Amino acid sequence: MTEPLFAVDGLSKHFAARGGGSLPALVRVSFAILPGETLALVGESGCGKTTLARTAALLYRPDGGSVRLRGIELTALSQRALKPFRREIQLVFQDPFGSLNPRLTVGSIVAEPLVIHGIGKAAERLARAAALLESLGLDAADLERYPHEFSGGQRQRIAIARALVLEPKLLVADEPLSALDVSIQAQILELLRDLRRRLGLAMLFISHDLAAVDRIADRIAVMYLGRLVELAPRAALFARPSHPYTQALLAALPRLGRGKRKPGTAPKGEVANPLSPPSGCPFHPRCPKAQALCAKIEPLLEAKPEATPGRRVACHFPD
Amino acid sequence: MSAKEERGGRGRRHGPWRLMAERLSADRLALASLVLLLLLAALVLAAPLVAALLGHEVDEVDLVSRLEAPSWSHPLGTDELGRDELLRLLWGGRVSLLVGLVAALASAVIGSGVGLLAGYWGGLLDAFLMRVTDGVIALPLLPLLIVLAAVDPAKLGLPAWIVEAESLNLYRIIAIVALVGWTRTARLVRNTTLSVREREFVLAARAAGAGPLRIMLVHILPNAVSPIIVATTLSIGGIILFESVLSFLGLGIQPPAASWGNMLSGGLELFATSPALALYPGALIFLAVIAFNLIGDGLQAALDPRALGRTRGR
Amino acid sequence: MTRYVANRLLQALLVLLVMSVVVYALIGFMPGDPIDLMLNADPKLTPQDVARLKALYGLDLPLYERYLNWLGAALSGDLGYSRAFAKPVLEVLLPRLANTSLLMGLSFLFSLALAFPIGVVAATRPQGRLDAAVNLFCFAGISVPPFWLALLLIGFFSVDLGWLPPSGSENVGDGSLPDRALHLVLPVLALTLLSVAGFTRYLRAEMLEVLSQDYVRTARAKGVPERSVLLKHALRNALIPVATVIGLDFGALFSGALITETMFAYPGMGKLTYDSIMGNDFNLAMVALLFATFMTLAANLLADLAVGWLDPRISLA
Repeated sequence: MTEPLFAVDGLSKHFAARGGGSLPALVRVSFAILPGETLALVGESGCGKTTLARTAALLYRPDGGSVRLRGIELTALSQRALKPFRREIQLVFQDPFGSLNPRLTVGSIVAEPLVIHGIGKAAERLARAAALLESLGLDAADLERYPHEFSGGQRQRIAIARALVLEPKLLVADEPLSALDVSIQAQILELLRDLRRRLGLAMLFISHDLAAVDRIADRIAVMYLGRLVELAPRAALFARPSHPYTQALLAALPRLGRGKRKPGTAPKGEVANPLSPPSGCPFHPRCPKAQALCAKIEPLLEAKPEATPGRRVACHFPD
Repeated sequence: MSAKEERGGRGRRHGPWRLMAERLSADRLALASLVLLLLLAALVLAAPLVAALLGHEVDEVDLVSRLEAPSWSHPLGTDELGRDELLRLLWGGRVSLLVGLVAALASAVIGSGVGLLAGYWGGLLDAFLMRVTDGVIALPLLPLLIVLAAVDPAKLGLPAWIVEAESLNLYRIIAIVALVGWTRTARLVRNTTLSVREREFVLAARAAGAGPLRIMLVHILPNAVSPIIVATTLSIGGIILFESVLSFLGLGIQPPAASWGNMLSGGLELFATSPALALYPGALIFLAVIAFNLIGDGLQAALDPRALGRTRGR
Repeated sequence: MTRYVANRLLQALLVLLVMSVVVYALIGFMPGDPIDLMLNADPKLTPQDVARLKALYGLDLPLYERYLNWLGAALSGDLGYSRAFAKPVLEVLLPRLANTSLLMGLSFLFSLALAFPIGVVAATRPQGRLDAAVNLFCFAGISVPPFWLALLLIGFFSVDLGWLPPSGSENVGDGSLPDRALHLVLPVLALTLLSVAGFTRYLRAEMLEVLSQDYVRTARAKGVPERSVLLKHALRNALIPVATVIGLDFGALFSGALITETMFAYPGMGKLTYDSIMGNDFNLAMVALLFATFMTLAANLLADLAVGWLDPRISLA
């Protein structure tokens, strides 16, 4: 069993909410990513996916738990000590319009990470940026242009180029397709798959689009109210979702993948207010299978003995 | 369809500056003001040339030709010491414009620094800096400036070479005005910093390992430049007024050095007989200040068409 | 709410304290120790006399000790003597304060009374000729050097037309109301002209902003009479930021008053402040400056309270 490239264990993060109280954005999240593997993270808006992405990219300090890169614990390191590790984890954002500084040329944007880490000289950096842009379907001449001169899909390519320039091992993509036109989404998705294959890149792919996830993921993690509720290999998840929430998510899609699906019932009501999550299992008010136990004790994410290998579920009564 | 084909015919650069220039040129008042200021600047810079043309020096005292009416030799007449009025006005213009521009620049730098630090670090530093800013804004400016200007630098214990410098007065005025003029820019930059700080390209820079200095200078500041320019331009008029008031009260540029302010106070006594001596400098101050204000207002409208010429606060 | 006010008062006290330290130090750095001035006036003073006088006035103590002495005395109500007037500071200050309050108050009222109709009307016809004229007038008002304006007014009304007296608050020997009123006309006119431009600008800008809002269009579409739209809906909302600005501009009003009083030799606080600073009348200058600061702070606080009262969205808790 290979050593995981990136692992979080018991990761917790909360934010202070206006008017007092705290918003638990992440609650004891644990997972690992192997080198070259793509873990997809799905869930509805507000479930904590973006917080997780930013914490994984070392932008937020977790309040609890550990973040390990190649086995090295990162949470206790100072900003300065963290800097070399940042080369290995890079981030692509959802909004291609907001993630590029409108005042800088594309060349400056893509080359900036190299400048920050003092790699190469000016000419070398630009050459590298140009090569990256070309490999992503853009033009070396685009180095001189400004972000507003490009379309959404092109800007996302620029953002990806910036993320790749340091040759990271892990790419965290936070909803990279959501802000793009449907026809462009497929292009960018293919681009990411291609890059993964060529560069051996591991990916944390965050999305609410299950169809895209189906194309790119090796394993899938399902998130609800800041907690992981199911973690399974892709095919297994789509074929036999275990957690009622996963079932509901899949059932909501018109048509999906392969294998048999349980015709699940849609969950009742709306997502609970994250400021005051329900007791016990956070999903129990909406769960069609909820029982007394579910309101009292929160289930842990664990592998059930009779389940398929590699699958973990946080449910008292999984399928 | 590949990415290259997507681009289509987007040849020329459409920088944010071009757009602003287009909108600015539609504002006739601002344009007229710009022309006026350029003319004034040209005249003022060419002062030595004008002096050579007329055959006089600016401080050439000629008691025989006191208070003369305009003539070929003295296009605007002479003042109470026989000096050529036109030349004095031009030299005074140098001082006023110099003080205005330099002090405004200094204020911009100080204000931007304060605003960036307060907005970026937040927390205690922000609270402290904002309290200081509010405190300075709350002060009655003129009395304070008067006190500051009346201070005797020798008593401050400054080294001799500063105290005896010829241009001490000039530097002092610039320093004083800059000391109180930075607050508006500071507030502006702080607000901009607060909003830019959360934008994704800043997060991307942090994720790449950028330190606070880089983020403030490379990412935040360039995105705050437009409002800074507007605020600074608008502050120049007020600065010129302050300098003229101080010089008028005898606290700024001292005679015999010419400044529009002290020329006006000099002309006060002779107002009944030679009103022009007091009217010219005042008129020039008025024109310069209103021109800067109109340009600043035009800039603001050009940058943000919804602002409708609204500027407020100090 | 009371907590907010208490907080602000505390901040104000802090600013006053800091100001007093700064001003005391600065005044200490001004040329002309009072004893030196006396020395210049009377060369027969021997060095022993000088030393004795300094000890008498406490001028041989280090600066911070002098400041603390002053502070202690001030807090217990003794604000010292004015050297120039040979009277207690308060005795000199209060009548001047009354004069300036009259000047500033009248100008303020007239400015507002003019700014409101002009600003509102200009806002209802944006881009029209009236609006352009008003706009230009406003810019002129905030750009004109105050002493030049005073000069023009004196030149025109006093020298050329001879209608109004050029200076002072009353003719010697005649303190009657018409006489005093006549003397007030020019200073008030000057200060009003200076202030009205600023107020009109803010008001017009705010009204423009408010009038373009959807709820105004809705009101009009509903058939609400235009006058009601303007007064009840638009104006009330436009008042909010204007109230803030008026408070903030108090400092500018005071500065304008200072210059106006000096130009017209009007015996008010502004002129007193200037004279006392230039005349090295330490005690008087200190109190005058601190008073000006206090008034500015009070104006700011009142403006914020007014805004809090007018705008239901803001809770000052």
